[in-house]
Amino acid sequence: MTVQHDPSVYERIQAGEQFQELRRRYRSWAFPMTIAFLVWYLLYVVLSGFARDFMGAKLFGNINVALVFGVLQFVSTFLIAWAYSRHAEAKLDPIADELRGGAETHDEVGEGAK
Amino acid sequence: MSHETLSTILFVIFVAGTLAITFWASRHTKSAADFYAGGRSFSGLQNGLAIGGDYMSAASFLGIAGIIALSGYDGFLYSIGFLVAWLVALLLVAELMRNSGKYTMADVLAFRMSPRPVRTAAGVSTIVVSIFYLLAQMVGAGALVGLLLGVHSEAGKIWTIILVGLLMIIYVVFGGMKGTTWVQIVKAVMLMVGAALITLLVLGKFGFNLSGLLGDAANASGKGDAFLKPGLKYGTEAQGVWGKIDLISLGLALVLGTAGLPHVLIRFYTVPTARDARKSVMWGIGIIGVFYLLTLVLGFGAAALVGSKTIAEADKAGNTAAPLLAQQVGQDIFGDVGGTVLLAVIAAVAFATILAVVAGLTLASSSSFAHDLYAHVFKRGGATERQEVVVARIAAFVIGAVAIALSIFAQSLNVAFLVSLAFAVAASGNLPAILYSLFWKRFNTAGAVSAIYGGLISAVVLVIFSPVVSGAPTAMFPDVDFHVLPLSNPGIFSIPIGFLCGYLGTILSKEYNGSKYAEIEVRSLTGLGAEKATSH
Repeated sequence: MTVQHDPSVYERIQAGEQFQELRRRYRSWAFPMTIAFLVWYLLYVVLSGFARDFMGAKLFGNINVALVFGVLQFVSTFLIAWAYSRHAEAKLDPIADELRGGAETHDEVGEGAK
Repeated sequence: MSHETLSTILFVIFVAGTLAITFWASRHTKSAADFYAGGRSFSGLQNGLAIGGDYMSAASFLGIAGIIALSGYDGFLYSIGFLVAWLVALLLVAELMRNSGKYTMADVLAFRMSPRPVRTAAGVSTIVVSIFYLLAQMVGAGALVGLLLGVHSEAGKIWTIILVGLLMIIYVVFGGMKGTTWVQIVKAVMLMVGAALITLLVLGKFGFNLSGLLGDAANASGKGDAFLKPGLKYGTEAQGVWGKIDLISLGLALVLGTAGLPHVLIRFYTVPTARDARKSVMWGIGIIGVFYLLTLVLGFGAAALVGSKTIAEADKAGNTAAPLLAQQVGQDIFGDVGGTVLLAVIAAVAFATILAVVAGLTLASSSSFAHDLYAHVFKRGGATERQEVVVARIAAFVIGAVAIALSIFAQSLNVAFLVSLAFAVAASGNLPAILYSLFWKRFNTAGAVSAIYGGLISAVVLVIFSPVVSGAPTAMFPDVDFHVLPLSNPGIFSIPIGFLCGYLGTILSKEYNGSKYAEIEVRSLTGLGAEKATSH
């Protein structure tokens, strides 16, 4: 069931310091990281198109730069996903829980919760 | 016993099992939340497996292994785009969507906009993207089953398409999201176990020496070291600089398209909370990532052990590389019986894969038809939940029937490009609309409608005038030539066009609703007022 809140509740929460902190913590992590992994991925794609000799250079045995670079994309994806979940659990979830708990029990508590 | 008979038996077992699940699910599907979102009661791990099941299509299992077996490294490029894309979903979309939406992608877009135009646009885009993807999968199924079961007659292919279509209709109409999700889970487990088994056998044959495997693959391919680096398939030197720009264009559509695919987005609604949505994407990334690493070994293993020549003779596109490899390693290690058994197992896994993916697509498009177009556009929000579910079931039947008819008509055409077109439309139209909705305060109805139609139309028009539709031997219509663009993948143009249309549409319209933005922002980040699970 959807809980209907008075719209002003949302505006009051949005204006509150706690929510602004949650928003800042979320955006300041997710936005730069998104740009970083997209740049890192595009670098890989562009090198695959335009720097084939570099990508074909052998590092050891038949393992070349292209293969290592590709596997590093997997590694970075796993690491970023893991780091995000750590960040969210430690820095985002507690504030979100508190804001939600406050608003759902009193149905009008905004930034005044703390 | 021949491998065809054994494959058929295994496939019948899979179908019987999934039908049993479907009828169990139909008894537990009562409300709209059950039908559209499986009661939001799946766990993070279950939904993570289902994400893998929805996403790892036959195109990515057999297709990528086939590209690697025939063209070497370039197949790996494809899988990396498919994987990295999930970070966009994890960081920017999954949790916020779970918190602010209900059943479809349009729920988030229509949140603070005028609902009818936005839902119409989102519904059209959802149905177009899903039908493109569905057609590519079903036409592929006809050809694939022919190869694996030795059915080469036209009638055999048509019956295969009809059978696949009927099963997918049954899963969706009776099982709804609950049944479909369980089909995805079963398929994901089968696919992972099958791929891991063959990978272990292949690596075992090479004493777990990856370098040795790569060396043998390069030698057997006859292309030497070029086989191990990019450039044999995408953006070849012969295609010049446009070929390389085409490669970048493909990469952009792959990495930005996933988080705009309707059948991916509705998966986030099947879990109780945003935290579970996050966990399910984490599981999904792990499963999909490991799977693509396995396909790397399968592809190079097939090149080394089966040989590119044999693979290309069996199928020009290399789609049977993985099954042929299964047969080869089975034979080498366990003798003829082993080869037959492994081939049959992988063929059955491939059928399961096709079925699960087409069911997910049918569900996404019929949900959007019922919830967005019927309930909110035609009935202006006046439909009851019961009516919505009835319409969704009818829509699943009709969309399935249309997909069967179109696939039969298209089966002699090369429609493989429709998968990358679906990604391009999702990246160019849906993603800008979703991101602007979640993060841009000023965004409004005109912006959302412009982004979706701008992205959708530019991607489709660019492809119509590209070499994949006409003017090339591999085109959909090879005998005519009206292509004007040198690119097969429209993303590099259509994605910026979609974002730009969304921006211009917004600033050219005066509509602005700050208090609704406060609501979606607070809801999306805190989960306040989010839809709760309905059953346990």
